[in-house]
Amino acid sequence: MCATCGCGGEAAIVLDHPHDHDRDHGHDHHHPPPHEHPHAHDHGHDHEHRPGGVVELEARILAKNDALAQKNRGWFAGREILALNLVGAPGAGKTALIERTIAELGGEPPLYIIEGDQATALDSERVRKAGAASVQVNTGTGCHLDAAMVAHGLAHLRPGPGALVLIENVGNLVCPALFDLGEAAKVVLFSITEGEEKPVKYPHMFGAADLVILNKTDLAPYLDFAIDKAVANVRAVNPAAQILKLSARTGEGMAAWRDWLRQRLREAREAVFEPGAT
Amino acid sequence: MHELALTCSIVETAEEAASGSRVLRVTLVVGRLSGVMTEAIRFCFDEVARGTLLDGAALDIVEPEGRARCEECGAEFATPDLLTFCACGSYRLTRLAGEEMTIRSIEIEEAS
Repeated sequence: MCATCGCGGEAAIVLDHPHDHDRDHGHDHHHPPPHEHPHAHDHGHDHEHRPGGVVELEARILAKNDALAQKNRGWFAGREILALNLVGAPGAGKTALIERTIAELGGEPPLYIIEGDQATALDSERVRKAGAASVQVNTGTGCHLDAAMVAHGLAHLRPGPGALVLIENVGNLVCPALFDLGEAAKVVLFSITEGEEKPVKYPHMFGAADLVILNKTDLAPYLDFAIDKAVANVRAVNPAAQILKLSARTGEGMAAWRDWLRQRLREAREAVFEPGAT
Repeated sequence: MHELALTCSIVETAEEAASGSRVLRVTLVVGRLSGVMTEAIRFCFDEVARGTLLDGAALDIVEPEGRARCEECGAEFATPDLLTFCACGSYRLTRLAGEEMTIRSIEIEEAS
């Protein structure tokens, strides 16, 4: 663990989750994706002669996070679980979309929510009231979730086979773009109260999206938001992304989102068997 | 400020690779389209390195310019930002350079 910021370790994580599970896991923390914090500090101090010089590494800066993310991904695939990384600005409606999704799916498949916020367990409580099992990860000063935090959340939630796991990232359109959590897809949510230029202002995040959801379409009559222009801006940074328009408040457009989820759930059932699947 | 988390990862990886030797220099490759502010990494580096094998190490950052190839017409061109598109009008690009985020090498002290 990094002592300065706590990244990669548990220090930055405060978990809130209900303790009245059917299964009492006794807090012995047998984490399902083995929760490693590798340290190579066994250097022995035997003072053998070692030549100095340049050691070529060519190591990805995020190699540790990416390895943990792949472990999460394999854990999901083996359980035929669909995991989605839901990102967007604060106030875009991420939690509202989750609440509506819980209500509309009606328990099939079982839903598990990992809520990421800097502080409070408010969102975790919200989605629990809506009917899903959830765990809150507080990142403290951290601006994004990382793969280790998600593994830790999974250790508490223990989603079963065939489940849908929605990971609501910290509200932020910058930092979460870089951190793979092991999700099958990144879903970027933005709302028509935010302005059409959001995709081109935050090209990294929108460029990384598999699906872009334009939320709060029920407010269109009251705003000067040009939906066509917003869609063109998404296309400019991400020609391949799918785009859905909906209102998590009124429910309009939710059918397409449910269809998208069902399609991805079917794909998740086969993910582990795909040649070259990771 | 994801750069602090990145800097932690850099120091941790370099320290493991150094196998107990003091690290004198770390060379990173951080592309200009990677979404990483190299100034922020420089700002964090000394503090994160303190008390580790990288304490006092120099930090070199190579920053490749963005380049892409158009999937429609095959042209290769410079992409100073992620919004640059091909002269033929296409946005469908394969990025060739500029998104790098690697630790190229470390220079370690001779141990005797």
